[in-house]
Amino acid sequence: MGGMATNASVVLAIGTKKGLWVGTSKDRKTWDFTGPHFLMNEIPGIGIDTRGGRTRILVAARSEHWGTNVVHSDDFGANWTEPEQAAIAFPPDTGAALERIWQLQPDSADRPGVVWAGCEPISVWKSTDGGEHFELNRGLWDHPHRPQWGAGFGGAAAHTVLPSPADLQTVHVAMSTGGVYRSTDGGESWEARNHGISAYFMPDPQPEFGQCVHKIARDAVQPERLYAQNHHGVYRSDDNADSWTSIADGLPADFGFVMLSHPRRSGTAWVIPIKADGERIPPDGKLAVHRTDDAGASWIRADAGLPQSEYNVVLRDAAATDTAEPVGVYFGTRGGSVYASADEGTTFTEVASHLPDVLCVRAAVVAG
Amino acid sequence: MTEPADVLVRVPSLLRPFTGGREELLLAVEGAVSVAALLDTIGAQFPVFDRRVRDETGALRRYVNIYLGHDDVRRLRGTDTEVQPGQELMIIQSVAGG
Repeated sequence: MGGMATNASVVLAIGTKKGLWVGTSKDRKTWDFTGPHFLMNEIPGIGIDTRGGRTRILVAARSEHWGTNVVHSDDFGANWTEPEQAAIAFPPDTGAALERIWQLQPDSADRPGVVWAGCEPISVWKSTDGGEHFELNRGLWDHPHRPQWGAGFGGAAAHTVLPSPADLQTVHVAMSTGGVYRSTDGGESWEARNHGISAYFMPDPQPEFGQCVHKIARDAVQPERLYAQNHHGVYRSDDNADSWTSIADGLPADFGFVMLSHPRRSGTAWVIPIKADGERIPPDGKLAVHRTDDAGASWIRADAGLPQSEYNVVLRDAAATDTAEPVGVYFGTRGGSVYASADEGTTFTEVASHLPDVLCVRAAVVAG
Repeated sequence: MTEPADVLVRVPSLLRPFTGGREELLLAVEGAVSVAALLDTIGAQFPVFDRRVRDETGALRRYVNIYLGHDDVRRLRGTDTEVQPGQELMIIQSVAGG
């Protein structure tokens, strides 16, 4: 594995409908897995936080019976800690109760301890203690658009939180349904930023907000460049989300849930198309990853190592990259297969199969 | 043994890790007390147990049932249901999942 230190490994965390599996690999070809952890809990959110000289795996565990909690492990899943006081709990004045945690997002390396969460009901949370306790972002909770935000099929959630590494004040959030919102004052206030993104299912197909944006990702080099996989539509913004332009040409379908960006190289992103809203299978029943290296001007189809026939889809957080060289790309299907690529998404190997529906995948390079 | 001034709360096996392994909790009460007040008392000592049973608004989780004798408290007055000294509460997870 070129470029990765010999004393490094990759940890791969797979959150499913019925538990968590944690894998480690030295070569990204053979993996040792433990699990299931949290059997019968769905794991919709995972964050692997490698800042501060330790690897902390943060997990959102949700039981139909017993509710939702954030737990963490600092030893690759050998032991798990649940804080005595709930990590995420709505303040009494909101009258709300946490339903599901959709996103656990460690902030930049120069902001140790800061972790963001996106939740259902639609809300954004910030932790400054490594994900042990989170505070509700009141600016978004009290937003005047809130009564008009809706629920996608999976529920009404802020599913993506992207703090900008360029400045402390800029944070982007994506929600279904509502679309993209941006704060430029550290989360005090939020503006809808959906100009150019379609909402074909609304009377006005270009509303200020109300879009069903499935996932956004930030360019590694140009922090004002973002990519979006919409509920039909694939877009790029070069102006911090002020406006969006289609980059769907060259893709077999503009529906899907996944959007990944390269951790170091500008212009590279990955999507995993689904045929259509009304036909949620890979196009022609053939699973493929599509990569752009020119910010969406063109796309390269990759299916080497993937099944010839596949009717399960890949959900919005069931895909991730690592930071090795070359970058690894990982994703899991609702059929319980997980695929890994050690060559930037050109060829894949099935590393796990017959798991419950895969909801979330995260990978990171770790020491050891 | 339940004394007349106690309320016995039976804990399902899945929640015993959050009550220090105890399958029964004996709560001393002075007169009738609500289910919510009993859960508050337990929650002060075992907060993780409490949030498995109730959400942060105090509502019983959808698939958690509490029986007062043979009666589901949802069919009585919910967590406002009054429990008399000497009575027993049983917490059971309902059928759910796929």
